[in-house]
Order: sequence, then C-alpha cells, then structure tokens
Amino acid sequence: MAAPMQARSLWAEGIALALIGLFCVFPFYWMVTTSLKTQLVALADPPVWWFTPTLANYREVLFEDRVGVSLINSLIVATSTTALAVLLGCPAAYALARFEFRGKTDLWFWFITNRFVSPVVLVFPVFLISRELGLRDTHLALILMYLTFTLPIVIWICTDQFRSIPRELDEAAMLEGASQWRIFRSICLPLAMPGVAVSSILSFIFSWNELLFAYILAPNAAKTAPAMAISFMEGYDVPYGKIMATSTLIVVPVLIFALLASKHLVRGLTMGAVK
Amino acid sequence: MTLRVPRRTIAAFIGPAVAALAIVGVAPLLYALWKSFHDFNLTQLARQRWVGLQNYQTVLTDSDFWDAIGRTALLFVSAVPVQIALGLAIALVLHRPGLTFWKTLTRLSLVLPMATTYAVVGLLAQVMLNQKYGVINQMLGWVGVDAINFIGDPTNAFIAVILWDVWQWTPFVALVLLAGLSTVPPEIEEAARLETRSPWTVLRHVQLPFLIPSLVAVLILRTADTLKLFDMVFTMTRGGPGNATEFIAILIERVGNRQFDIGLAAAQSIIMLAITIVLARLYIRLFYREVS
Repeated sequence: MAAPMQARSLWAEGIALALIGLFCVFPFYWMVTTSLKTQLVALADPPVWWFTPTLANYREVLFEDRVGVSLINSLIVATSTTALAVLLGCPAAYALARFEFRGKTDLWFWFITNRFVSPVVLVFPVFLISRELGLRDTHLALILMYLTFTLPIVIWICTDQFRSIPRELDEAAMLEGASQWRIFRSICLPLAMPGVAVSSILSFIFSWNELLFAYILAPNAAKTAPAMAISFMEGYDVPYGKIMATSTLIVVPVLIFALLASKHLVRGLTMGAVK
Repeated sequence: MTLRVPRRTIAAFIGPAVAALAIVGVAPLLYALWKSFHDFNLTQLARQRWVGLQNYQTVLTDSDFWDAIGRTALLFVSAVPVQIALGLAIALVLHRPGLTFWKTLTRLSLVLPMATTYAVVGLLAQVMLNQKYGVINQMLGWVGVDAINFIGDPTNAFIAVILWDVWQWTPFVALVLLAGLSTVPPEIEEAARLETRSPWTVLRHVQLPFLIPSLVAVLILRTADTLKLFDMVFTMTRGGPGNATEFIAILIERVGNRQFDIGLAAAQSIIMLAITIVLARLYIRLFYREVS
C-alpha cells in the first residue's frame, strides 16, 4: 500500500517541479522564438507557435540599428566598473576583515546602506554635475556611478571571504617580516579568489542590467544596450521581432553568468543576510 | 589576537574605496539636498533662487506624490504576499528529499528571472501581454477568457505590473526561504515528522520559527526594491496609462526628466532617501548583529 502512494506523490512532485520550471523559463522561450519571427509572423493574431525561423532581426539590429555598438558600450562599462570595484574593494574588504579601528562598524553599515538607495535619488544631481564636468554621454560617468552598487557588493562578499582565511597565515608571515601589503597581495588575495570571482560576476550582472543612469546620463555615444532596447518602443510601428532580438542579445550573457554564480546570487541580492 | 596596525596602513587599504564611494554616492546627495532648497527648473535657469522649504511643502501637499506613494504601497501589499505564498510553496517542494537532479535543475531555472535585465522584463510584458498578438491572451482564450487589454487600461496595467513583479521576484523569495528551511536542524525536523504526519503542523511549529529571519529579510528587501522599482515599469507602461502605474521612482523621474523641475525632484528624492535610510538601519539592526 505504501509503494503506490509514494509513487503517486513522486509524480505530483515531478509535475510541480515541471510547472515551476515552466513558469520561470517560458518568457525566455517566447522571447527567443519571437526574435526569430518576421514582423508579419510576430503580428499574427492569434500568435503562432510554429513558423519558419529567420535571423533577419539579428542582422538588422546588429548592423543597421547600432545595437552592436550599444552592446560594446555595455561591455566596456560593465567590465571597467567591475575591475575598478575589485581594485578598490579588495583592499578595503581586507582591512574590514583584519584590522581593528575606530568607526569600523559605521563604515561597514554605510557600505550596506548603499544597497537600499534608489538610483533615482542620485541621477539628477549626477546629471547636473556630469554636465558641468563635461562627462555627460561618456563611459566614465556610468563607470563611476555604477560603483555605488558594485563597490558595496565586492566589499561585502570579499570581507566575508577574507574572514574565512585563518589569521594564523597572516601572523606567520608577519613573523617572517612580510609587510602588511605583501601579506594581502601574496597570501590572502590568492586564497580569496573565489570571493573575488563571485563578486565580479555579480557586479557585472548588476551593471549590465542597469537602465536609469544609462538612460539619463548616456543618451547617444555611450548608450548602453538596455537603453537602446527601449528606444525601439518609440514610434507607432513597434518592431516586436527586433525588440526581442535585442533583448535576447542583452539577456543571454547575464543568464550565463547568473547560472555560473547561481549559488551566490541570492547572497549578493540580500547582502549576505541569507547564505 | 588582533593585529596591531599603524593607522596609515589602514588608511591606505580602505581610503581609496571610501573616497570613491563618498564622491559618487554621497556628494550627489549633498548636491540634491542643496538643490532641494532652490526653485530650479531646467527650462527657466535664469529664475533659479533659494526658496527654503517651499519644495518640501509642495511635495507634501502634492496629491501626485501621495498618489504615487499609495500606488507603491498598494503594489507592495498585493505582490509581496503572493510572492511569499508561492515562494514558500516552491521552497517546500524543493526542500523535500528525492528527485535530486530535477530539483537542482529547477533551482537553476529559479535563478533566471531575478538576473534578467529589468528593462527586458518590461519589454517582454509588452510583447506577451499585447491584447491582439500577446501569448498570454491566447492562453486565456484557451480557457475561455476574453482578450484583456493589459497595457491600455489603467486597472489592468496595474494588475499586469503585479503579475510581472510576481514573475520576476517569486523565485528570489523561494530561494531565500529555501535557505531558511535548510537552517532547521535535520534531527529536529525528522523527529517532528515521526510525531505527526501533517506537513502543516511541521511547517507551523517546527519550520516557521526558523523561517522568521528569512521572511523579515524578504519583507525589508522587497520594500526597498519596490521603492526603487523603475526599469521594468518604465519600459512596460512609462507610468501610464494616465498615471495608473506611476510609482514613486517613476514620479521622480517624470518630475525631473520630463518636467525639468530638478528642485522639486530633489525634494522628493530626499524624502525617499529618508525612508530608505530607516529601512536600511532596520535591516542592519536585524541581520548584522554579529559585526557590531
């Protein structure tokens, strides 16, 4: 009697899992298939599920509509801000993990508070300042502004990582006469690489996805891919296929990174309150 | 033993990060605070002058502002309970032993929505919820529901935002709660399961106490993120039709970017910042006790 009941509950569980998976993945399926439709097929009423796929949308957006350029802009901005955040954040994280000093907790809390601040609060003052400094529509303006969320992520995750490295290693090296910087560079940093990698992936994802700063600060030359994608919405004849092709190009790299760091994404989004 | 380190060394390690974050994160806020005391409209730069608290007075008596706050609150109270209910159900399924491979696969698929570019999520809504060509309306047709004008009708547009927020953030809630479930010591859970066959009793009396921290984290973070919510709604409805989906961040963007009233937008931002700081303090109090 127990066996069939168990089998039935196993089936129910399998179906539940399939439904959860479908719920998460279906929009992506629809995005990719729509990107392979001609405008005529995309505007079929009711929508069609079977059609002859075409890559024309990708060709058009990449070579005629400057989506290619905007993807390169996104790549430049996201990698530079990530590199800068790691460069500035790792030593700071090491200091927070290892040294005792006055105001340490306040500093720590300030870094975490940045997770809560809405970009819309910063964007107009930054718009005015960047206009004064001639930084409007440059990669640099975005790279610097994205530090507001990449730097706290790197500092948080790396501090945690440095704490997990035994202090005895530092102490032994210190007895050997190594300088503090040397201990950080040659002993702790190599051991903290997993944390550096995870925080880099997370900062890349968050900066790649950002829209508001990009939309306000970089209207033309430095326009990033998400800002480019929404510019297709202007005008009367909305090109669904092209929009979805652009969306696919934007989303695929992020999803790959998200899967690589899947275990840590939640940790990053909660600033480590949930492991 | 804590290492004795000269202050100069500490400053060298931590100084650059602090300076960078002060320049990009704090200086603009001070600038916003300064501007919030001015009549400052980009279309009338000559008229710029100090007006004291007048912008704040305008904001606090402005029905647009309170409507946006109300809408943001309504979105929170309608989307978050759904996310918690669905998320808890998903977490409980994934927490059960067995079918390990399929559960890992499901867990991976849960990571996708929350990593998806928010602007693209909004664009997907445009495509999938379209009244004529949208696949969601086609599916509703299969079960006998007439096509719904999701984006064009004020009430429906609000519902569409709720639906989409639920899609993107339920997986996040599920994974946070799953992490919470795994903090229940296995021996306690097993003992409870031997005592009772009702999963409800186990949830209520054994697992729930361990889930409280995760639930509180979810509530605070979802509040902060609902206040921040911009990209997805902006690409989906631009706050429309009318201002049916004009949440607080969208309102500030409209006042600053489409009405060019930087002074007023700054005052709204500072008020929002105050709310944010209270939230952040609360979160820190609750979750980072061990550091202080």
